Parts: sequence; C-alpha cells; structure tokens
Amino acid sequence: MEMFEVTTEPLSVEEVVARLTEPAIGAVVTFVGTVRGETDGRAVRYLEYEAYPEMAEETLRQIGAEIRSRWPDVRRVAIVHRVGRLEIGAVAVVIAISAAHRAPLFDALRYGIDRLKEIVPIWKKEVWADGGAEWVEEGSGAREAV
Amino acid sequence: MNGERGTINIRVKFFAAPREALGTNEVTVSLPAGATVDELLKLLTERYPALRPYTRFLSVAVNRAYAGMHAELHDGDEVACLPPVGGG
Repeated sequence: MEMFEVTTEPLSVEEVVARLTEPAIGAVVTFVGTVRGETDGRAVRYLEYEAYPEMAEETLRQIGAEIRSRWPDVRRVAIVHRVGRLEIGAVAVVIAISAAHRAPLFDALRYGIDRLKEIVPIWKKEVWADGGAEWVEEGSGAREAV
Repeated sequence: MNGERGTINIRVKFFAAPREALGTNEVTVSLPAGATVDELLKLLTERYPALRPYTRFLSVAVNRAYAGMHAELHDGDEVACLPPVGGG
C-alpha cells in the first residue's frame, strides 16, 4: 500500500516502512525530518505546522508518481507529514521508498524531499524561546511549478 | 452554488501569514463571469488591504491545483492563496 498523508498524529517511521513491505523488495530508504531546536543561532521553543490538507495530500501523491516515472525500478513510495504543534525533536515528515535493489533509491529520496519543500502546501511557524514567532519562508519554487 | 446571471461566486482560502493578517481563513467573493485569477487578487487586495504585503509572493491554486495568473475562474471554484511553502 502506498501512503500519502497529512496528519496531526505523531509519526512512526516503522509504521510507514511497514506499508512498503512485499516479497519483491530488497531495499528501503527513509528520510526522517525532525524539529530542530535552533535557527541561525536563535533558540526555537516549538514549531506550528499548517497545511492545505486536501491539496497537500494530492501533491504528495504527485511526487510519488514523479518518482516512479523517473526511477521505474522504484516499487513503492510513502510520504507522511505531520501538522499542528510539534516540539523539538518530534518527527515532522517521513519519506520511505522501496525497490528490489538499492541503486535508484538514494537519488529518488533526495528528489522526494526537495520536491516536497518546493510544491507541497505546508507552512511552519517558528516560535522562539525569546517570545517572537515567524512564518518560515524558504524561497519556494511553487510559482515555477505552475 | 449558483451565481446570479453574469456573476460567479468563488471561495477563497488563506493560510499561514496572510491568514493571520486577515484574521480569517476563508471568504466568498462575487466576480463577473470570465474573471481571471489576476482579477480576483486585485479585488481581494482592494477589499482586504492587510493582504497587500503578501500578494506578490502568493502562488494560487484553483480547485487544489497550481494555476497561472491568467487562468479563468468558474462559479463554485475553490481558490487558495498560497504563500511560499515551507514543509519538511
């Protein structure tokens, strides 16, 4: 079963990887994005993630399709993103990709997380230890995705 | 939802910083039939000046797919104003 989800529940890497299980696979790679406790030397208290959930799940599915058309040896793709308030160290995103052999997986994984940051309608607000807060803008290429 | 003759009704969704600046996550606006994304944004910035600092950074999705500024809108469309995304 493939899996493209936005959820407020805590993420389990093991559960995501379990979705990929089938006899044909011999390798799985995972990317796990976690909440970092500082940005540019400024201490972060927590992150608040917000999504346009219906479109986010559709763009995650689109990324899965792009991966499988670029790397036809990839078997399955699962991408799950958590939203809401996330504490330091919490898992924000899990990407897992499987294939019979490892060769295509590393490039496919990198493509997956890069593309997620580019087109998936999810935003994060950093709430700093000193009381301030700001929505993060990573210079998205979403306009170019049109 | 059926617009009056010659008019279309559009649901507009806001997220993140512009949502907070506007104090609402959704509004419904009426436009002349045949209006484009561009014209919708123009109307929104006139009606909601708080949106102004964000408009030039916004991408727009129509019915959950990225759309260009010249895309034509239709009655009942769901338009989302998307500031630069930052997931992961």
